[in-house]
Amino acid sequence: MKFGVVVFPGSNCDHDAWYAVTANLGHSAEFLWHGDTNLNHVDAVILPGGFSYGDYLRCGAIAKFSPVMQAVRTFAESGGPVIGICNGFQILVESGLLPGALIRNRGLKFICKEVQLRVVTTDSPFTNAAAKGQILRVPIAHGEGCYVADEAVLDELEAEDRVAFRYVQNPNGSQRDIAGILNKGRNVMGMMPHPERATEPLMGSTDGLVVFQSMVAVPVGSK
Amino acid sequence: MSAISPEVIQQHQLTPDEYQRICRILGRDPNLTELGIFSVMWSEHCSYKSSRRHLKKLPTESKLVLVGPGENAGIIDIGDNWAIAFKIESHNHPSFLEPFQGATTGVGGILRDIFTMGARPIAVMDAIRFGPLDSTPTGTKNKHILEGVVGGIANYGNCFGVPTVGGECVFDPSYSGNPLVNVFALGVFRHDEVFFGKATGVGNPVIYVGAKTGRDGIHGASMASAEFTEEAQQKRPNVQVGDPFMEKLLLEACLEAMKTGAIVGIQDMGAAGLTCSTCEMGSRAGTGIEIDLAKVPQRETGMTPYEIMLSESQERMLLVAEKGREGEVFAVFKKWGLDAAEIGVVTGDGILVVKDHGIVVAEIPNRPLADEAPLYDRPYKGVKPYRTAPMEGPEFASTNLSADLTTLMTSPDLCSKRWIWEQYDYMVRTNTLAGPGADAAIVRIKETNSSIAMSLDGNGRYCSLDPREGTKLIVAECCRNLSVAGALPVAATNNLNFGNPERPEIMAQLVESIEGLAEACTFFETPITGGNVSLYNETLGEPILPTPVIGIVGLMKTTDPMGIDFKNAGRSVVLIGGIGDCDHTHFGGTQYASVVLKQVWGLPPALDMDYEKRVHSAIREIVTAGIVESAHDVGEGGLAVALAESSFGPAKISAAVDFNSGTRPEFLLFHEGPSRVIVSTSDAAAVQAIAAKHGVIAPVVGTTQEKALSIAAHGKPLLEVQTEALRDLWENALPALLKES
Repeated sequence: MKFGVVVFPGSNCDHDAWYAVTANLGHSAEFLWHGDTNLNHVDAVILPGGFSYGDYLRCGAIAKFSPVMQAVRTFAESGGPVIGICNGFQILVESGLLPGALIRNRGLKFICKEVQLRVVTTDSPFTNAAAKGQILRVPIAHGEGCYVADEAVLDELEAEDRVAFRYVQNPNGSQRDIAGILNKGRNVMGMMPHPERATEPLMGSTDGLVVFQSMVAVPVGSK
Repeated sequence: MSAISPEVIQQHQLTPDEYQRICRILGRDPNLTELGIFSVMWSEHCSYKSSRRHLKKLPTESKLVLVGPGENAGIIDIGDNWAIAFKIESHNHPSFLEPFQGATTGVGGILRDIFTMGARPIAVMDAIRFGPLDSTPTGTKNKHILEGVVGGIANYGNCFGVPTVGGECVFDPSYSGNPLVNVFALGVFRHDEVFFGKATGVGNPVIYVGAKTGRDGIHGASMASAEFTEEAQQKRPNVQVGDPFMEKLLLEACLEAMKTGAIVGIQDMGAAGLTCSTCEMGSRAGTGIEIDLAKVPQRETGMTPYEIMLSESQERMLLVAEKGREGEVFAVFKKWGLDAAEIGVVTGDGILVVKDHGIVVAEIPNRPLADEAPLYDRPYKGVKPYRTAPMEGPEFASTNLSADLTTLMTSPDLCSKRWIWEQYDYMVRTNTLAGPGADAAIVRIKETNSSIAMSLDGNGRYCSLDPREGTKLIVAECCRNLSVAGALPVAATNNLNFGNPERPEIMAQLVESIEGLAEACTFFETPITGGNVSLYNETLGEPILPTPVIGIVGLMKTTDPMGIDFKNAGRSVVLIGGIGDCDHTHFGGTQYASVVLKQVWGLPPALDMDYEKRVHSAIREIVTAGIVESAHDVGEGGLAVALAESSFGPAKISAAVDFNSGTRPEFLLFHEGPSRVIVSTSDAAAVQAIAAKHGVIAPVVGTTQEKALSIAAHGKPLLEVQTEALRDLWENALPALLKES
């Protein structure tokens, strides 16, 4: 499987994502430049963490206008798997590919620490290799990771089984402890925690690997 | 040329003698732009004119040192054709005036020092010091400074994408008007990827890249070379503003441009901006540089040559490209959306020629400007280093040793700094094997099988009692921290924070400290590869504690880190190095004296460097052999504090310890003698065998157990605490201090 890792100006977890899926997952990956409109026939897209365009306006607000995001949108609309991690989640939300918004953490401070996530649904290309209710130890590192949405949207996410992960102990004030969500088509997922930082014993946890293993487990186009 | 008035010379912090020296170099009076250029290059900050004579005493060489002091950062060979570059820098004065921006630009500056050499930054550490966080107006100001500095470090490092993996945060009243912000950065590269700040090749184009030049930070270097007065706040406009996003782009663009092979030399524009980068690059290569300021990208209109040359706008670099290959460089910077402009050319005459729209506005020989600043032999001989503490301390007897331990664990210096380091992304790049809270930070190099361990340490209290011995103790502590991690210490960088060197008793502190540093770094085989001197850390005549901050790096094979915390009950607790000695005089510098008795006196702990080194060898071999489950260096607060810290792990395991010692309880529990490490093991005999091989005693002092830490001597209980409750107090102490107002 070939992953495409998008590089925006200011992406800084791009190499970490690349390393996770190549060295630790054993698949291939290539970087996709923000100015390109061609996804080079990758099988899945990773929008990595970082501070795209400095995040000086709103996190992800400028990245959505980049040429590569038009291609990512088309890719997603045709059913291609897209995962947005941290800043990538913020970009997906700003792009309208996922509902809701990510605002400053309750407490207004950047938080870097390992948290526990509960797998809420396994019905997705990002969680199918996990067990429902499984607890994953995965780090967070963000200043604006508090997930908010209208009550109606939150109800809909839950009704449609589109909450992928919840925090066991909510670190940032996210509504209904939401750490990651899916789109209606279930082929786009955004999550604030960093699964790529938990893919090797030396990183202190390998629990994040299951996200990428899930992506490999489901043949492209089978959903 | 119009002559310069004595007032203007004084405003530029140049002495009449220095002015005469400038006139001799030029063969005429300087104009105002030239005076400005000389004043920043000859400032204490840029020229080290008070310290350079003594810095020469430091050891700077070893088999592993590829590049020593004098370049933007020192470089160490780590094997397999890989190398590391590292250095520490201070941003003390700006952080007092504008804490957030002062700290961000401190981080930004040291990161540029690293990647200007071609290395990708992979770790940052910070040593920060503030006044007490009490409820006085000064305390409130100190809280504001701390929150700003921490926020600034977090903002810059997190966005740039370099992990902040460790450091220290210390409090003392002397830092109230003068906080210390010392930032250490380390980068990694291959041997063939090293670049230098040299303007070689007559006719080669000089190219400016990065952010546009504005009026910010003019005379920042001079500001950092003077004491603060009541008017200090008026200098707020001298502080620069950081843009980590720009720096991230600059990093990627510079490293990519370097790979083209078209770059001949490169240097960041830090202190003294365009002035420093042009004359230093020319001076190192023995060449001249001619630039035209009209070509410099500017973000404000109407800037004078004086302002452009002295601006300290951030995120800028100067590079020299191979003639005819400029296009390759420009293409890379265009890709990253950055300004790149050819502003001049390398010449053969050794002269810095600055033009503005073709008209010469400054013309100065590079070498005297960069390297021939006046050197001062400030008086210090026969003068005792400044100290306020008495030699004799009070008589005392504790009535509750358990309560004393709680007092120490919740004191500002010893409490958990989680509130600070959780704001730092300490794991981006997924190389951090040991981060904040460990004895030493460890960052692996993915491309090799090796990891770099780092320790950053200072101790103003020890140094105020004896600058020489205090500094040696800091070096010993750093090397011990690295050894506990299983690493071999190989090189050091230093940040010397002192008061006004024109006062002989302060100069005496500085000289004693440098000589102690030289002695210890020679002994522990950790040559100094670069660093920074920050003087004039005084506000209204009150100097800070003499505060050398030392960063030492060590090499080790990549492996799971040991961890300081006990893992399992029923293991032997072994005290490698033994209980050590203490007397009343050497107890006066401890945290116990300072925090519990609220008085500091006497001398810092006694250090036997030979024994210390043997302890390092022993613990390194023990840890590497994989026969211990935890290892923690005994540092400030002594044995009781170290045992408590080892009890705060996720396994919730503590220890029951019974010392075979008749030492009085306060000394036994809280003295800070060096050369000691606490380990837990299921094979005490094997640990002791290795220790014995190195001539180090390693008594079994107790057994790990659940829940409670209990300490006795000769079977007589001294203290017992529930570690989970103590841990909560320890964790919550700093947030509680910050909330009170």
